[in-house]
Amino acid sequence: MMQAGTVQAVQDMSDTAYAVSSVVKVVLTFTVVMVVVALLTLLERKISAWMQDRMGPNRVGPGGIGQPLADGLKNILKEETHPGEAAGVFFTLAPMLSIIPALVTFAVIPFAAPMPTRWGVMPMVVADLPVGILFLLAFSSLGVYGIVMAGWASSNKYALLGGLRAGAQMISYEIALGLSLMSLFFVVGNVGLPQVVWTQQRMGTWFFFTFAVSFAFFWISSFAETNRLPFDLPEAESELVTGYHTEYSSMKFSMFFIAEYAHVLTVSALLATLFLGGWDIPFLQRDDMLGFVDGRWVGNVPALWITLVTFLSFAIKTFVFIVIFMLVRWTVPRFRYDQVMDLGWKIMLPASLAAVVVTAATVLALDSAGVTFEQRALGFVPVYGGVLGVVNVAMLAVVVWAMDRGRTLSATGSLDERRARAKQTARLRAIELQTAERGES
Amino acid sequence: MAATVRVMKRPVRKSSYIRATLQGMALTFRHMTKSAGDTSTLTLQYPEEKKHISPRWRGTHVMETHEDGRPKCVACGLCPTVCPANCIKLVPGEDDQGNRYPIVYEIDEFRCIFCGMCQEVCPVEAIHVGQHYENAEYTRASFVYDLDRLMSQTHPSTLLWDPSDPAGE
Repeated sequence: MMQAGTVQAVQDMSDTAYAVSSVVKVVLTFTVVMVVVALLTLLERKISAWMQDRMGPNRVGPGGIGQPLADGLKNILKEETHPGEAAGVFFTLAPMLSIIPALVTFAVIPFAAPMPTRWGVMPMVVADLPVGILFLLAFSSLGVYGIVMAGWASSNKYALLGGLRAGAQMISYEIALGLSLMSLFFVVGNVGLPQVVWTQQRMGTWFFFTFAVSFAFFWISSFAETNRLPFDLPEAESELVTGYHTEYSSMKFSMFFIAEYAHVLTVSALLATLFLGGWDIPFLQRDDMLGFVDGRWVGNVPALWITLVTFLSFAIKTFVFIVIFMLVRWTVPRFRYDQVMDLGWKIMLPASLAAVVVTAATVLALDSAGVTFEQRALGFVPVYGGVLGVVNVAMLAVVVWAMDRGRTLSATGSLDERRARAKQTARLRAIELQTAERGES
Repeated sequence: MAATVRVMKRPVRKSSYIRATLQGMALTFRHMTKSAGDTSTLTLQYPEEKKHISPRWRGTHVMETHEDGRPKCVACGLCPTVCPANCIKLVPGEDDQGNRYPIVYEIDEFRCIFCGMCQEVCPVEAIHVGQHYENAEYTRASFVYDLDRLMSQTHPSTLLWDPSDPAGE
């Protein structure tokens, strides 16, 4: 598997070729992302329509395919309202601050195996940053500034409440998001996303099994991160009109809308990369490759067909996550505010901390037993990933069992019950205190 | 005063959030696969397909005419009298042979409650409510239908009773 490093055909790109290819990749990726985001708005409406036994938009073009174009045109031509008391610069800045982080985050996601060209092997990622995931976490949490700023600058109480909720939600779930990735970091030993894919290929198991707890928590947090339905408290149309973008119209509103779908796309791609092996093709060893490390090629020889097939694989995985995002949005009702906070602070934070500790102990045990990533029991069962996976699935089962006992996500009535119990306890304590005082005097 | 909410005691099996959510997602997914590709038969593609309406549907009015184009109305004044919404304006006239005819006959379709009593009361079966429901205009004023408008309506008039069995026997 590793002997390919000696093959002469694999050579690094020159600086000029790298610069030119980077520009091409930036333009291509931006175009593709924008087009996909536009189509996602249509897909969302179609999927929701099908779930409700309707047809959805079907007037513009065959099957309604031109609907995003018509919507875009409409939004550009519509009047842009600017509330008299809105804070000028910030009101305009907010949608920009919301859309840019959502689009920028896609830059570090590798979307196919490296492609061999006449000028050398081109890594299929816009910016192969050594700090990949850290960059991603930093930028995805920047997105909330746009929302908070929109809420504040609108000088509207509903918008402000939406912005505040977005801030609180982001703080609560960012922790679980970061902690859930910690286990990945110390197994991969690197925060670059190509390395994450490479480790999954070497280990022979994808991380959704190996780090089941991380997968579940990252997934839940990513719903909160994208402000989509079980966690769409910043929008909450039934309570806050539409929350932070109440005062926005035409293209400014559209930018928030695009930002939401860009977030969905990025997070789905990220979930696919981190937990479903990225562009890896299952059960195939031929596509296992990393890139140049210190001038030496690591992995198998790249080929054009591998790049194409791996891109297809990545697209399918991302699409699956997108569809699940939409399925959840149109099925699950919104959480109450206290439930969101409970889930974030009382369950996900301690559970992900415990998961990190247990995973770290398992990794330490595996490393001191001398187990390597490539080791297979009976010739095909991956040992390293398998052991970690079994431990993680057991932990996930415990977490789900604990969560599913009506403690956190319970009906509204239980809140009254809790309140009544607290009141009863307070009354009893007061009586106790009174009798104690009387005894003293 | 504390709210009195009765809390149902349900077993975990029934109150489980995760199980309920998964069941719900399975349901929506089944519906999605069933109607995927716009195969839903429940939607009516409105401007192309139209809903079948009953022959007894009472919509905007139709004035019947003689073959020579005169209205059948004899300006007897029964319909403005019986109209519960007071939406019919009638100014009667009489020609030199003593035939009564309406000089002004206007129906305000915004005031009309489409009860069909004008049709029932009409002795010469001139005014009818019609089988029609697409009423869109640019101004409020154009909802006051004058005699010409009422006579030029093309939609079929309502059958308030079966013509072969008028007494409902």
